[in-house]
Amino acid sequence: MERDDLIVNDSYSVNAKHDEAHGKEMRKNILKVTIILSVITAVEVFIGATIPRESGSFHWNIVKYCFIILTLVKAAYIVLQFMHLGEERKNLKYVVLAPYGAFILYLIFIAITESNYVLDMFQNY
Amino acid sequence: MAGHSGEALSKEQIWGGGRSPFGVSYGKLMMWLFLVSDALTFSGLLIGYGFIRHTYEAWPVGEKVFQTLPFLGDGFPLIYVALMTFILIVSSVTMVLAVEAGHRMDKKGIIKWLALTVIGGLFFLLSQVWEWGHFIHGGGGYITTTTGQTYHLGHLEEDLHMSENGTYVMPEHLILIQNKYGEGESTQIEGAEAEKIWGTVTDYYHGANMLRNEYAPEAPQYANFFFFITGFHGFHVFSGVIINLLILLQVMKGAYDKRGHYEMVEKTGLYWHFVDLVWVFVFTFYYLV
Repeated sequence: MERDDLIVNDSYSVNAKHDEAHGKEMRKNILKVTIILSVITAVEVFIGATIPRESGSFHWNIVKYCFIILTLVKAAYIVLQFMHLGEERKNLKYVVLAPYGAFILYLIFIAITESNYVLDMFQNY
Repeated sequence: MAGHSGEALSKEQIWGGGRSPFGVSYGKLMMWLFLVSDALTFSGLLIGYGFIRHTYEAWPVGEKVFQTLPFLGDGFPLIYVALMTFILIVSSVTMVLAVEAGHRMDKKGIIKWLALTVIGGLFFLLSQVWEWGHFIHGGGGYITTTTGQTYHLGHLEEDLHMSENGTYVMPEHLILIQNKYGEGESTQIEGAEAEKIWGTVTDYYHGANMLRNEYAPEAPQYANFFFFITGFHGFHVFSGVIINLLILLQVMKGAYDKRGHYEMVEKTGLYWHFVDLVWVFVFTFYYLV
């Protein structure tokens, strides 16, 4: 394959340029994302420091899922805004994100299920 | 940005050869694929951690283990990690600003923001070094008695001494703590009762290594996963700082003026954001949950 980062072809990201006016808009957006990420982190730390862990209890389960959702929101902002995946072609998005839907969700499910089973074995047999 | 001008093309034109069907350059596509595989590695580490953690009934609570600040001492749950997270987020922001400057061919802007990114990365690394040092040294340690029970010690001014007959010398203000790092309330034992327990000491240990750690006496994996996950991430930060520094030098030398674009800054930017992304997950699953 030719070194396409050297050849001129308007459909490639290397030629994505913008002017000062557009840049101003982008910097505004970057500031917005920065504030969102910082606030989410602060909220997470506040919850983590004030609510003590009680594994298995109902309210701790809610806190736990809150943490996971907030983390996924943060991750989405980083990947879609900072890494500009949101602006890439659809096929590149799928190439990057599909492996997690296909493998990682299943791996999480099976690892948690199996480990609870192992714990049960340790405790009862 | 990327892909906008390619959208009008038909499928045959896109996949017919002679152009990147993904609308990004070869280098950028390969960076994405590398990041996909690297993220799978980190997923494996974190899921392995989750597996081991769920095979134990009890696991140390993050805000009890990580509650110390440099120079200020104990009593600041998670503040130091939050600070580290914030440093990494800010350095990610300066990186995205460098990329933005690159799209305007603003060389001065790139140099400024990239240099700040490198400094942010170095700050994070130094914080990580302090965190490791503190984790390895521990906070007081724990004793095991003849009955097999473990008690943690309150903060000690200096490490315990062995007397000549091979027993540990009792510290002056003996405070024993039950359930120091676990869930729920911890209880303190002082005075005569504590001294009675001290009479049955068989073993003392403080700090953490790959075989034992004071935070979870029954679960050496607690420290192992701390070392492996934050260590592997820290090594990524380290390489990220080096790569950013090299790109910064290239930009200053004017190596990309000839090419007419600053895509190399974008590619290293992708890697740097990825490092931030991983930390977001490590922070949640190791420190918070």
